[in-house]
Amino acid sequence: MTALKLSKVCKSFGPVEVLKNIDLTVEENEFVVFVGPSGCGKSTLLRVIAGLEDATSGTVEIDGEQVNTVPPAKRGLAMVFQSYALYPHLTVRGNMALGLKQAGHPKDEISRRISEASRMLSLDDYLERRPAELSGGQRQRVAIGRAIVRNPKLFLFDEPLSNLDAALRLNTRVEIANLHRQIDASMIYVTHDQTEAMTLADKIVVLRDGRVEQIGSPMDLYNNPANRFVAEFIGSPAMNFVPADMIGGPKGTYFGIRPEYATHSETGALSGTVVHVENLGADTNIMVDIGTGKPFTIRAFGQHRVEPGAQTGIAFDQANVLAFGEDGQRL
Amino acid sequence: MNKARRNPFNIAAMHGALILYTLIALFPVFVIVINSFKSRKAIFREPLALPDAETFSMIGYQTVMKQGDFFLYFQNSMIVTVVSLFFILLFGAMAAFALSEYRFRGNTLMGLYLALGIMIPIRIGTVAILEMMVATGLVNTLMALILVYTAQGLPLAVFILSEFMRQVSDDLKNAGRIDGLSEYTIFFRLVLPLVRPAMATVAVFNMIPIWNDLWFPLILAPAEETKTLTLGSQVFIGQFVTDWNAVLSALSMAILPVMVLYVIFSRQLIRGITSGAVK
Repeated sequence: MTALKLSKVCKSFGPVEVLKNIDLTVEENEFVVFVGPSGCGKSTLLRVIAGLEDATSGTVEIDGEQVNTVPPAKRGLAMVFQSYALYPHLTVRGNMALGLKQAGHPKDEISRRISEASRMLSLDDYLERRPAELSGGQRQRVAIGRAIVRNPKLFLFDEPLSNLDAALRLNTRVEIANLHRQIDASMIYVTHDQTEAMTLADKIVVLRDGRVEQIGSPMDLYNNPANRFVAEFIGSPAMNFVPADMIGGPKGTYFGIRPEYATHSETGALSGTVVHVENLGADTNIMVDIGTGKPFTIRAFGQHRVEPGAQTGIAFDQANVLAFGEDGQRL
Repeated sequence: MNKARRNPFNIAAMHGALILYTLIALFPVFVIVINSFKSRKAIFREPLALPDAETFSMIGYQTVMKQGDFFLYFQNSMIVTVVSLFFILLFGAMAAFALSEYRFRGNTLMGLYLALGIMIPIRIGTVAILEMMVATGLVNTLMALILVYTAQGLPLAVFILSEFMRQVSDDLKNAGRIDGLSEYTIFFRLVLPLVRPAMATVAVFNMIPIWNDLWFPLILAPAEETKTLTLGSQVFIGQFVTDWNAVLSALSMAILPVMVLYVIFSRQLIRGITSGAVK
């Protein structure tokens, strides 16, 4: 059963085309992440799904029903915003109850759902507080709670973690993953952070300039990127690109080598000067200038003593090299 | 806080300047109030002296109470001011919400058109307004004044409020939409409370000119039963003789209600209620 189906969705603001022919399906209980650089249209796409923006053309189907003209509240979805967007004049309980009251649910049903959600998100102690009296992390949990109580078939997350600090971001990421396991619903999650995308998603949608670049499971995108953009965007540190003719390939094409597949050694197909070394403890990132303008990154596991300025060779297994054509497409 | 601000000399200078300004601003009001409690002779003999046992007199207040229906004037002024403010705030906020929230053809043009009134004094159109009021039979009704003051206040209200409403987070309004709130509920329950300080500013800016206006009451509603306080007080000022006791008493009483309204609105100006709504 498909939870959401987009066909040929376009959106333009005046002369500016933000979304161009988006086709996408989300299966039931699937966790889909939209990822892409800022301005690629991922938030707009989410808003079109939510019904906050109308699609200029194309159709949006939720649960097999076309919802192009259905107002947001009747689409059976809930949304968590980057800025939390809590109602400042209501308590945490009031924030969670408002949508249900509006939909006309009975009182005992509302309080049952709120206590269930607050238990899941450990918000029990804060139910009578106002948003102003909560920390950033607590506010974000309230925003998630407000989404849960509506019992939606589809959750929409719009960069929910980007206002949190690094430690809290990791915790909340795990909470969202747990939530997905506990709740019987599909989730769509928008982020520009590829780590969030890789760790949470069943399926990643990579967007650029309003177009879908590639759709696939995280490992699919990592191992088999369709083009140079996806290859560069997925994976950290980013993939290295070397003009193919430097190592005996056809002129004009590029070879892509992931930093973790390259090793520094005495000999190797490439060689250059070490310009910078990042010691992370578990692994070491070595950046080598090989004369292409952009340093070649080697991710070496464990700790290595390498000094900037040293000469080194770079070795890699031909099996792990991806070839890209002049137009950036995979060969 | 920086060092310069903590310097005792600077603090003294700052407070000195503020106190001086307060005294200058309050002085005329003070003179009006003390003289309203003095006999006519005492007013002219020593205008700045406080009323004492010999010079104390309530004659001014008695005249005001006896002559003309002062409470009716008072009520008229109050009705005109409060109702005009209500309409200015309601329609101003609604127009501002539409301009800041919805994308439609001619949005900018409409905004400019609505703001144009700030630059054109409404009194230029007095003759046309009077003709319109005569044609619609609204002359000598409070409605005439309310309509004119609402029109006079709207441009600035729309201009100020639309700027403030643009700052209200889109996410908050969208969260409301997803929760099934109607556009009206979003406007009244989410947006209006967040722009309350701006509403209070608009209210204060509009209130005082309306309360003090003499021009339109004199032209549009000079009948006895629709006189406003300012117009009513004019009966004591003659071409040759002015009953100063009565004028000063009437003015003293006219200050009170507008001061109460100002206190109510200025509390709203100060109160910051929105912190923590969105990060």
